[in-house]
Amino acid sequence: MFPVLWLQALLGGALIGGAAVLLMLGLGRIAGISGIVGGLLPPAADWRWRACFIAGLLAGPAVVGFALGREPIGMPAAGLPVLVAAGLLVGFGTGLGSGCTSGHGVCGLARLSPRSIAATAVFMLAGGATVFVVRHLVG
Amino acid sequence: MGLMLALAAGLLFGAGLALGGMTDPAVVLGFLDVAGAWNPALAFVMGGALAVTFVGYRLVFRRARPLLADAFALPRTHAVDAHLLGGAALFGAGWGLAGYCPGPAIASLPAAHLGTAAFVLAMLAGLALARR
Repeated sequence: MFPVLWLQALLGGALIGGAAVLLMLGLGRIAGISGIVGGLLPPAADWRWRACFIAGLLAGPAVVGFALGREPIGMPAAGLPVLVAAGLLVGFGTGLGSGCTSGHGVCGLARLSPRSIAATAVFMLAGGATVFVVRHLVG
Repeated sequence: MGLMLALAAGLLFGAGLALGGMTDPAVVLGFLDVAGAWNPALAFVMGGALAVTFVGYRLVFRRARPLLADAFALPRTHAVDAHLLGGAALFGAGWGLAGYCPGPAIASLPAAHLGTAAFVLAMLAGLALARR
């Protein structure tokens, strides 16, 4: 990986952090995607800000695509049955565990929350173990 | 005003994911594959996000309340319990299978790949099921 890509990744992370700080400063909310989306299933009384955040999330990559002059969205990395199974696991898991990479991995870690530190360690290890099994044991 | 702010935060978030390479599952799986050709991009993205959020939150929490709401809505549970750890393990397994976590999956929808849409629909079903 070239230094320019490291810088790009760092800057991308800084934008995500800026989004998290902005949402806390303005609305007092954690920028956790699974939590924001979960509040739309079914729509809670405060569904409007959630829908607006998701609309912005959907538009963000297009801005980057325009600025970089290339498509930043990659192809899905698995077949349909695996993607459906993975989606169920990610949805159910983040619902049960009250957060995902953003809510626990960024916002929770930044608050030094013991729950988020534990959850982040577990999902990182489980993700790494799954890739190891799929690519190096089965594949 | 609050809705404009939420839209701006979502836009920043989605732009950050895309700039950091997180809307490409190959990059994410490359990070999780420590025994293969390891790709550190996700560590840089998380590092950058954490640094800004760590400092920014401390400045924000000096205030008595948010700009546009009555109070900060912070999680009230503090126990590291089986739901938290079991949920995180299931999430991690799904993340490792697809290379998608919720934010990047949703942000990737506009590219109109069938597989991404199938993942997100299944994810919404799983999320709704867990919240019942």
